Amino acid sequence: MQRTQITNIVLIVLIIIVTIYINIPNAPAIPGINRQFQTRLGLDLVGGVQALLEADLPPDQAIDADAMQTARQIVENRVNGLGVTEAVVQQAGDRRIVVELPGEKDPEQALSILKQTGLLEFVDFSELTPQAAFTLVGTKIETDFATGQSPVQPTQPLTSTQTTQTFHTVMTGKALKSVSVTSNQLTGEPEVAFQLTSEGAQIFKDYTTANVGNVLSIVLDKEVISVPTINEPITEGQGSISGNFTIESANALAVQLRYGSLPIPLKIVESRTVGPTLGQDSLRKSLIAGAIGFIVVILFMGLYYRLPGFVAIFAILVYALIDFALFRAIPITLTLPGIAGFLLSTGSALDANILVFERMKEELRSGQTLRQATKLGWVRAWPSIRDSNIATLITCTILYYFGSTLGATIVKGFSLTLFIGVIVSLFTALLVTRTTLTMALEYIKPTNLSRWFGI
Amino acid sequence: MINLLGKRYYFFILSLLIILPGIGVLAVKKLPLSIDFTGGTLLEVQFEKQAPQPAEVIKVYQDLGVDDVLVQSTSEGTIVARSSFLEDAVRSKIVDELSQELNQTVTVLKLDSVGPSIGQEVAQKAAIAVGVAALIVVLYMTFAFRGVEHALRYGICAIIAMIHDVAIVLSLGAIGGHFWGWQIDSLYLTAVLTVIGFSVQDKIVVFDRVRENSRIYRRLDFETLVNHSIVQTLQRSINTQLMTVEFMLLALALFGGITLREFAIILLVGLFSGTYSSIFIAAPILVVWENREWRQWFTSKDRQALA
Repeated sequence: MQRTQITNIVLIVLIIIVTIYINIPNAPAIPGINRQFQTRLGLDLVGGVQALLEADLPPDQAIDADAMQTARQIVENRVNGLGVTEAVVQQAGDRRIVVELPGEKDPEQALSILKQTGLLEFVDFSELTPQAAFTLVGTKIETDFATGQSPVQPTQPLTSTQTTQTFHTVMTGKALKSVSVTSNQLTGEPEVAFQLTSEGAQIFKDYTTANVGNVLSIVLDKEVISVPTINEPITEGQGSISGNFTIESANALAVQLRYGSLPIPLKIVESRTVGPTLGQDSLRKSLIAGAIGFIVVILFMGLYYRLPGFVAIFAILVYALIDFALFRAIPITLTLPGIAGFLLSTGSALDANILVFERMKEELRSGQTLRQATKLGWVRAWPSIRDSNIATLITCTILYYFGSTLGATIVKGFSLTLFIGVIVSLFTALLVTRTTLTMALEYIKPTNLSRWFGI
Repeated sequence: MINLLGKRYYFFILSLLIILPGIGVLAVKKLPLSIDFTGGTLLEVQFEKQAPQPAEVIKVYQDLGVDDVLVQSTSEGTIVARSSFLEDAVRSKIVDELSQELNQTVTVLKLDSVGPSIGQEVAQKAAIAVGVAALIVVLYMTFAFRGVEHALRYGICAIIAMIHDVAIVLSLGAIGGHFWGWQIDSLYLTAVLTVIGFSVQDKIVVFDRVRENSRIYRRLDFETLVNHSIVQTLQRSINTQLMTVEFMLLALALFGGITLREFAIILLVGLFSGTYSSIFIAAPILVVWENREWRQWFTSKDRQALA
C-alpha cells in the first residue's frame, strides 16, 4: 500500500468520526468549541412566520445605508424580545429587511411588533446616582408605564446585569415635538436639542423643578439609551441633552428620539405564515420519501455496479454525513427548496461515481488490466466531472447573490445547499470513492469480472 | 453503433410537439401565476368541524371590505382563499372573523401576503439572474473547451438546449394550470432553477466526450464523432438519470405529500428533459451548426436526404 493511500484512509476515518459526532442529536459539547450542533429547520418545515420589511419611502429616494443598518439592528432587538430561538434578521438589498421567526406561535402579534415605531419613555432615575445610572445604559428595565399600552412585552428572563426594580415613567415620546442636533454656544460641543408639546412642557416643568441634580433616563423599548442629569429646571418646554457627544452619537440619539426608534419607517411588503401542522406534515412526508428514494438508489447501485456500486454507496453515505454535518455546523437552515438543492447535489455525487464506473467498464471491455482500467477510468472521467460541476457552482453563486439582494430566501436556500453539496460531492468522489475503490481492488483482487463488475 | 443523430429532425419535431401545445395554452390563458408573482394574499385554513361553503367564507371577506376573494375547497377538507394584498389591519382580523362567523375553531395552515410590487420584482430579477448565469456559463464553457474548434458553439448549444428544457417545464406549468389548477409559485421557480442547473451540468458531461473524442479521432467526420460520443455516454445518462435521480423524485412525488407533489412532478419532467435534450437537442444542434444545414432547410430535395 502506498503512503498516500494510508494517509487518505486515515483522513476518511477521521472525517467519518467527526461528522458522525456532529450529526448525533444532543451530543455533548466538544471542549474548546463552546456550542451545540443542531439541525435548523426552516419555517416551511416547522411553521412560523417570515416577513419582508421595506423602507416606506418613495422608490426614487436614496436610503442612507447607516440608517438602514440601525433599523435592522432595532428590528433584531425587538425580534430577540419575542423569545424565538432561531430568529433571522438580515438586510436584503439596500431597502429591505428579511425577518424569519421559525416556530412563532402568534404571527399577527409578531408582525405588529416588527413594524411599530417603538416606545420612547423618560424615566425617573432620581433614586440612582449618576454613576449607578450609567451602569444601566444598554440594559432593559421595568417601568410602570401601563404594559397594556406598551407595544413590547419583554419575554426574556432578567439577567444579573438587569435590575428587577420598576421605575416611574415621567412621560413618553409623544410629548416630544421636535428634536435637532446643535452645538453648545460656549464649548462648541454637540448637543441634542428638543422641544416639547405644551402638555409635555407642563409635565417636564413640574418634574425638572423638583429634581434638579437627579438623573432622568431616556428609555427606548425598555432599554436605557441615555442617562442625562438635570442641571436646571426646564420651564419653557425647550431643552438640550449634552455630555461627551460626538457629532455621530448626537445624531444617533436625535434620530432615536425623533422616530421613537426606527430611523427609517418600515412597512411589511410580504409576510408568510406556515402553521405548525402543515410544516411538520411536509417534513415527515419528505423524510419518508427521501428514505425510500435512497433505498432504491442503493439497491440499484449495488445490483448494477456490484463492487464499485458498494464503494459508491459508501461514498454517498460519507457525502451525506459531511453535508449534514456542515448544515449543522455552519449552521444552515433547511427549507424545502434547501432539500431540493440537497437532492440535486446527491444526484451530482452519484453522477460522479457513475461516470467513473462506466468509464472503468469501458476500459475493461477494451481489454485493459484492472489496475489500468481503474486508473484510466479516473483520468478520463475527471474533466467531465470537474467542468460540469464548476458550471453548477457558477449558477449557484449567481442565484445566491440574486436571492440575498432580493430577500428571496427560497432561491437563497436552494443555491446554498446545492453549492455546498456540489463541493462535498467533488471532495468525496476524489477522496472516498477513489481511495476505497483502489483499496477494495487490492484487497479482493477480483478475477471474475462479470461477478464483481457486472460486465 | 446506433445512429441517433441521423434522426435528429424527428427529435426536434417531437420536442416542438410537446412545447407548442403548452405555448398555445399560454397564449390563450396566460401562465397561472400565484400571488408570489402577482401580489396578493393567500389563506389556507382547516376547520375543526365541517368545512363551510365557499360562499360563507366570501361573505366574511366581504364584511371586511374585500370583494375580490376567490375561495376553493381542497380535497383534504381545507379552504383556500385568494384575494388582493390585504392591509395589515384586515389581514390580522380575518382569521378571528372566520372562526366567529362560522362558530368553530379555525387553524391557519398557511397565510401568505405579498405586496404587488414585490412579486413582479422577484420574477424580473429571477429572469435577469438566469440570463446572467447563462452568459457566464457560455463563457466558462468556451474556456473549458478552448482546445477544440469552435469552442463558443458548445456553450451556445448547451444554452439553447437549456431554454428547450425551460420551455418544456413552462409548457407543463401552463397545461397543469389549465387542467389541474396548478399555480406558478416560488416553489415552481425553484424547480425551474433546479432544471437549469441540472441541464447545463448534463450537457457538459456529453460535450466532454465530444471534446475528448475529437482529440482521439481526428480523421472522423464531425457527425459520426458526435454520434459516437452520445452513444458512449448513453449508459451513464440512463443510469444517472432514470435509475437514480428520477427514482428519488418519483418517491418524492408519490410519498412527499401535497406540498411537494407538484414540485416533484415538475422536476421529474424537467430533469428528464435535461438529460433528453443533451442527447437529442444539444448534440444534434452542434452537428446542424457544423454542417450549416439551415442552408438546405428550404430546398425540399435536400431535406428529404437529411431525414
